[in-house]
Amino acid sequence: MHVISSPPPDQTSAQERLRIALQDGLPLSPRPYQALAQQCGLSEQDVIEALLTWEQSRLTRRFGIVINHHKIGYTSNAMVVWEVADSEVNRLGAAISRTGLVSLCYQRRPDGPDWPYNLYCMLHGKSREEVLQRLQRLKTQCGLQDTPCAVLFSLRQYKQCGGRYAHKRPSAPVKEAL
Amino acid sequence: MSALTSPTSTHTPSTNTIELSGLEKAILSDYQKGFPLTPRPFYTLASQLGCTEAEVLACLQRLQQLGVITRIGPVFNHRRAGASTLAALRAPVGQLQDIAELINAYDEVNHNYLREHDLNLWFVVTAPDADHLDAVIRNMETATGLKVRRFPMVRPYHIDLGFRPDFD
Repeated sequence: MHVISSPPPDQTSAQERLRIALQDGLPLSPRPYQALAQQCGLSEQDVIEALLTWEQSRLTRRFGIVINHHKIGYTSNAMVVWEVADSEVNRLGAAISRTGLVSLCYQRRPDGPDWPYNLYCMLHGKSREEVLQRLQRLKTQCGLQDTPCAVLFSLRQYKQCGGRYAHKRPSAPVKEAL
Repeated sequence: MSALTSPTSTHTPSTNTIELSGLEKAILSDYQKGFPLTPRPFYTLASQLGCTEAEVLACLQRLQQLGVITRIGPVFNHRRAGASTLAALRAPVGQLQDIAELINAYDEVNHNYLREHDLNLWFVVTAPDADHLDAVIRNMETATGLKVRRFPMVRPYHIDLGFRPDFD
């Protein structure tokens, strides 16, 4: 059992500290959960149980290695957005997911006449050609040949990190206008 | 230009691709989800992979230094763990770098990409609650003088459960 000098913090704030401590990932030492526990004023067992609870309550979708696809040769990706009828969106979303050709597939809110797209998916490949070939297969397999869509290849990655919804700083930074 | 805003070209020639060992490929393929929640998780990995804990730690340290591994940790379901939205703006080409840096500087932004479209800068904003999210986006609009479009998720059909790379 750990010893702390101050009174035991309530579980909510301890869990919040754990989320913040985990934003930079697990420390690469033999007892990483113990190291996190010491940082957060919890026991090693508390940390492991909290992570299990997060997974069981589906607060987290996965716990593991987060890869930068880019560094292993997956240098091309495109976000493909489709305009489909509301009555068709669930069927097509499920069909796109089943192909195994996409890493993500979401229904999103359209935004006015210049952005009628309501179904989004993400395609990855080792080249632009490979991504386009996958898109062709996706269209054929799901009957999307005549569905209005836009293909937004990624040109630059300015930032990629884990969702930092637990913030050390509570409010948005004040910016000067450009 | 700071390290934070240094853009990563998405057209890195394949010759720059990092050579990976068999053990490294196995670790990358198999532990994107279900990472062991045991007191010595790297020992658990080692016993599953038939190597030593020290070898696993050395591999992970190398992969993290090379940037192949961003981190080992939880990937949150944003809808349950706060508020988030995909957002985009139309940055004039001449101001692109300045605007990208300005957007990057927000802690609430975790992905920020230049995409091939008039609506060219795409990013994800994540906040503890809807009010905070709204305040951040309005702050961005004031700072850039540009309209920030919001495309919140209605329903996921397929979520990121890791990615099985094809190491050919």
